Amino acid sequence: MIEILSVTGPASVQDLGRFDQYRFGVGTSGAMDDVALRAGNILLGNDENAAGIEIPMLPFKLRFGRDMAFALTGADVEAEIAGRVIPPWWRSHVGTGDILTVKTMPRGARLYLTVGGGIDVPMVLGSRSTQFRGEFGGWHGRPLQPGDVLPCAASSATIGELGIEPAGTTLARPNAAADETIVRVVIAGEYDGFDAATQTLFWSSSWKITPQSNRYGYRLQGPAVKPKAPIEKRSHGIVPGVIQIPPNGQPIIQMRDAQTSGGYPKIATVIRADLWRVGQARLGGKLRFEQTAYTDALAAEAEMSAYLERLRTNVRLVEETRTCR
Amino acid sequence: MTTPDRSRISLLGTSALLFEAPGAFDLPHQRRIWSLAAIASKWPDIREAIPGITNLMLTFETPPRELDTLIAALNDGWDAAEGLAIGGREIRLPVTYGGEIGSSLQSVADHCGLSVDDVVSIHAAPLYTVFALGSHPGYCYLGGMDPRITMPRRQTPLQRSAGGSVSIGGSQTGVSASPGPSGWHAIGHTSWTFFDPSWPTPAALAPGDTIRFEIERVIR
Repeated sequence: MIEILSVTGPASVQDLGRFDQYRFGVGTSGAMDDVALRAGNILLGNDENAAGIEIPMLPFKLRFGRDMAFALTGADVEAEIAGRVIPPWWRSHVGTGDILTVKTMPRGARLYLTVGGGIDVPMVLGSRSTQFRGEFGGWHGRPLQPGDVLPCAASSATIGELGIEPAGTTLARPNAAADETIVRVVIAGEYDGFDAATQTLFWSSSWKITPQSNRYGYRLQGPAVKPKAPIEKRSHGIVPGVIQIPPNGQPIIQMRDAQTSGGYPKIATVIRADLWRVGQARLGGKLRFEQTAYTDALAAEAEMSAYLERLRTNVRLVEETRTCR
Repeated sequence: MTTPDRSRISLLGTSALLFEAPGAFDLPHQRRIWSLAAIASKWPDIREAIPGITNLMLTFETPPRELDTLIAALNDGWDAAEGLAIGGREIRLPVTYGGEIGSSLQSVADHCGLSVDDVVSIHAAPLYTVFALGSHPGYCYLGGMDPRITMPRRQTPLQRSAGGSVSIGGSQTGVSASPGPSGWHAIGHTSWTFFDPSWPTPAALAPGDTIRFEIERVIR
């Protein structure tokens, strides 16, 4: 078990998500950076869908209730245990009573703490992810608070120190500036409802991520992008990544806790291979959209899968080498 | 809302595809959507087929390499779909119109050029059919609203709207099951449990059920 000692902002228990309950109005929830959560679980020899803790704000402090392996992935952070610095994208081992302190997050927006065996909260409707709107899943359906004691499943994971290359390094986009996140999008149903000049404006603008951005959605600020004539759709299903344009012309990217349906016009959808980049984009930062074709979006997913497959292979090789010694 | 004269199929990234049926927002069209959903949910690589308002979203277990086969299957499926008549339950929901939660009652009346009492009686008159579930856990989209009380969605969605809100968005109406963001206009509220993850079927209502709003009180 682990005990939360100090928490800032809405930290929560998340696995990869709840994907087959849309027909009851239940969205996916799940890690905003699913690549980082998977990587942490791979490092620990866990099922990749094992639940971890998503930490969006610092400081954060917790105490380990027994010997166990853990990993930190996602955002770059300054973390330490009893004066020992824990590098990012790193697996380590702690003893009973050890305290992990995470102080600052120089890059990225969400840190993932995974533990050997995973956070052992009950499966609700097929997932351990916190469903904030429905107040179920995760830890009592709510953000973590100081004093919460989370159960951890038993684990046979090995305990040696091990680091891996961060997704942001391996999967870096060639044209990305330091303060700007570029995400690839496939155009959506109402794209043609915007005239050419407005479409150009959408692609060329550097969109500011407003403070009203969270797990529900990223609300962006920039020049008003308005359709040729007002579009009022009949309500239909939407998924994380869909970029809606409400009448004020300011785009909203639907994220993991988004509503499962909507009626605002959709200009484009962030591809699955880049949704984690949005999850790691910071408030006040900039986003730019790059148009991509469906087949290229599938190729980008394959690239992401290949990165994860390399991680699996490397971690397995390291374990085998250790066993042989 | 305009009435589309042909079906539209569009991508939601690589996770899903949206089929929008041609024709009116009415029960016969919605019954065909229910029928298409029942068929499409059994197709390979489809995780779920989720009815919306005269539309259907298919989420992918695995994104198809090419989309032509799926698009043709949807169009053929729609053309062949006989309406699926679901004989649901009838629910009576007492509603308090107006007040703090239903604070948009007056603005709906102003927008539509009606009195508050007109809006209430027009809204409470029909027997509504649950067309689809969506938005948030347990929320029902209802068909059958009188177009005289149509009001476009908000310019900017609210960050938080109360649970149990009875709202109008465009030519649709519905009741929220829990508090959360909303682009609709709340005209009243009800206290009823729409969703519980521990129930065998977590949502209380299903497509095909019907709802009658009973005017419990009008706060002017």
